[in-house]
Amino acid sequence: MTFGDWISHAPNWWYLALAATTLFAGFRVVTSRNVVHAVLYLVVTLGASAGLFLLLGAEFVVWTVILVYIGAVIVLFLFGIMITRAPLGREAELDHDNRVKVFAAVVSGLLFVLIGGSLLNTFADDPVSPYIVRTSEIGDLLFNRYVLPFEVVSLVLLAALIGGIVLARRDPELDEELP
Amino acid sequence: MIVNQFLLIGAVLFSLGLYGVLVRRNAVLILLSVELMLAAVNINLVAFSAALQDEAAGGQVFALFVITVAAAEVGIGLAIVLLIFRNRHSANVDEMDLMKL
Repeated sequence: MTFGDWISHAPNWWYLALAATTLFAGFRVVTSRNVVHAVLYLVVTLGASAGLFLLLGAEFVVWTVILVYIGAVIVLFLFGIMITRAPLGREAELDHDNRVKVFAAVVSGLLFVLIGGSLLNTFADDPVSPYIVRTSEIGDLLFNRYVLPFEVVSLVLLAALIGGIVLARRDPELDEELP
Repeated sequence: MIVNQFLLIGAVLFSLGLYGVLVRRNAVLILLSVELMLAAVNINLVAFSAALQDEAAGGQVFALFVITVAAAEVGIGLAIVLLIFRNRHSANVDEMDLMKL
């Protein structure tokens, strides 16, 4: 497939826009000097990746990403930032020093070369077309074929709920003992 | 569309997340970078699901499970960060050195 064939296919224009947004915002998440900006850039990254899911026909995953991630997890992150009094304005102390930065850039660059090289080797230009799964089909699958993992995940959520409460709760008896 | 265009986005996002985990000092921002890595994995799962035209939609269901477990992980992770902040008055990972000699 030549580049001309690829670019003349309309969804690929959407892809280019979404990919550029995802990558730029993802880059800003790890480099931003402002904590709140980093969280808000994560919203953009996840929103654009939801667009990529839509291109692939996974409509229920799109809405789950928007509801769970953008709706709930981001709020939780902002809450965590406020409560741990992370430096809210511009702050130089958010990152390790430059030695660590160079090391991290080399490691993640090598990882990308490794993954990217093996992907290009394996899949060359295999085509993919959107496989549209309606929400009702996902529901059928979840409650028939995948019912056991579904129940296990619900237990994981319950355990996380109880664990979160136990960990974050102030112990009144302990508070009285402390000065 | 070719399958690699989605997989490469996933690879770049995963590498960015790894960079963030290694570079950031603040524990909340490290959790944020982990979320980036999980989003990259989700893109891969959905792309493979579409590439295989999987009737059981295994990739999409797996992506849903990953999202759920990520939500649980953030809840627990932030509770732990909160506890560390309460005890040490700082959420910077390089100041958590109680187990160092």
